Amino acid sequence: MSLVSGEQFDGSLRISSAGPRDYFALLKPRVMSLVVLTALAGMMIEPVKVHPLMGFISLLAIAVGAGASGALNMWYDADIDGVMSRTSTRPIPSGRILPGEALGFGLVLSVFSVVTLGLVSNWLAAGLLAFTIFFYAVIYTMWLKRWTPQNIVIGGAAGALPPVVACAAVTGSVSLASLVLFAIIFIWTPPHFWALAIAKAHEYGRAGVPMMPNAKGEKRTRLEMLIYTVLLAPLGVVPALLGHASIAYGVIAAASGLFMLRLAIKVWRAEDAQAADRDCKKLFGYSILYLFLLFGVIVIENTIVTLLRAVG
Amino acid sequence: MAEQNQDGIKLTPEQEKSRRARNIALGLCIAGLCILFFTVTIVRLGGAVLQRPM
Repeated sequence: MSLVSGEQFDGSLRISSAGPRDYFALLKPRVMSLVVLTALAGMMIEPVKVHPLMGFISLLAIAVGAGASGALNMWYDADIDGVMSRTSTRPIPSGRILPGEALGFGLVLSVFSVVTLGLVSNWLAAGLLAFTIFFYAVIYTMWLKRWTPQNIVIGGAAGALPPVVACAAVTGSVSLASLVLFAIIFIWTPPHFWALAIAKAHEYGRAGVPMMPNAKGEKRTRLEMLIYTVLLAPLGVVPALLGHASIAYGVIAAASGLFMLRLAIKVWRAEDAQAADRDCKKLFGYSILYLFLLFGVIVIENTIVTLLRAVG
Repeated sequence: MAEQNQDGIKLTPEQEKSRRARNIALGLCIAGLCILFFTVTIVRLGGAVLQRPM
């Protein structure tokens, strides 16, 4: 069970010593940076004219909404975070922020981000953002994470939704291009996350979280990582095939996808645990670069096109 | 931990410092929100704000 239900009032007064930095850490800033990039790509992939200020505020609302779901996740998962080395320094397990403070912070930001997006863009985008927050905080964090080894596969939908939300914010509808971006992030999540989970399998086991490596075994996880990467490599090229990105994007996506596939094959074929661990760390680091590259190229080439149109 | 006496709760220097930092951050956020909603209103209304019947 989470810390939340085990929290007891002992009669003593606890005054918060948390600073703004601690609250910022609750938003999972590194995840937020990826959300900003993928949402920006979702916003730019359809050729629609958006007022820059409205686009910026929509993006800000999506980023804050993602941060809010991160805060709610940290509130509920404080017990798990406390026993894992990677997360034990987070604001709640380290005692810098009280669980109730994190809950209030997450809820307030959730409401603010959804209402702001609704007022600035449209209520379809706001509804999708509310669904994203709900899916991550309730479906993934409270239910899937502690129940099934498929937790991050299904839960990955929450992380994949920002381009769809952003596209809806500027077009008022959900386009095929934004769904392709959703699919890329969705299929990318398992090999990315399991690469980390293999390295931290014993910690997840100790925390009682049924991640694929400690629930089904490392070998099965490595095979599934390979299968997802085999699907991901061609999927990454689809935006170019559909005409939503340039040939240059297609070439970069194909080359970087093949390199990721090569790393996944190395992970799958690793002969001992030490080699698998080393290759998984490489794959984990590269997978982040891969996603940044794909979405970064979409953002850069669309920015260049917009600037050229403005000049010409 | 804060001390509790007859004069009420006395914060430690560290708690006072972090409370001040939190208040400044909250103030900046509220000011930012005011500017944000004001500019959104202006952009939404556009030039039409001056053309309405008096």
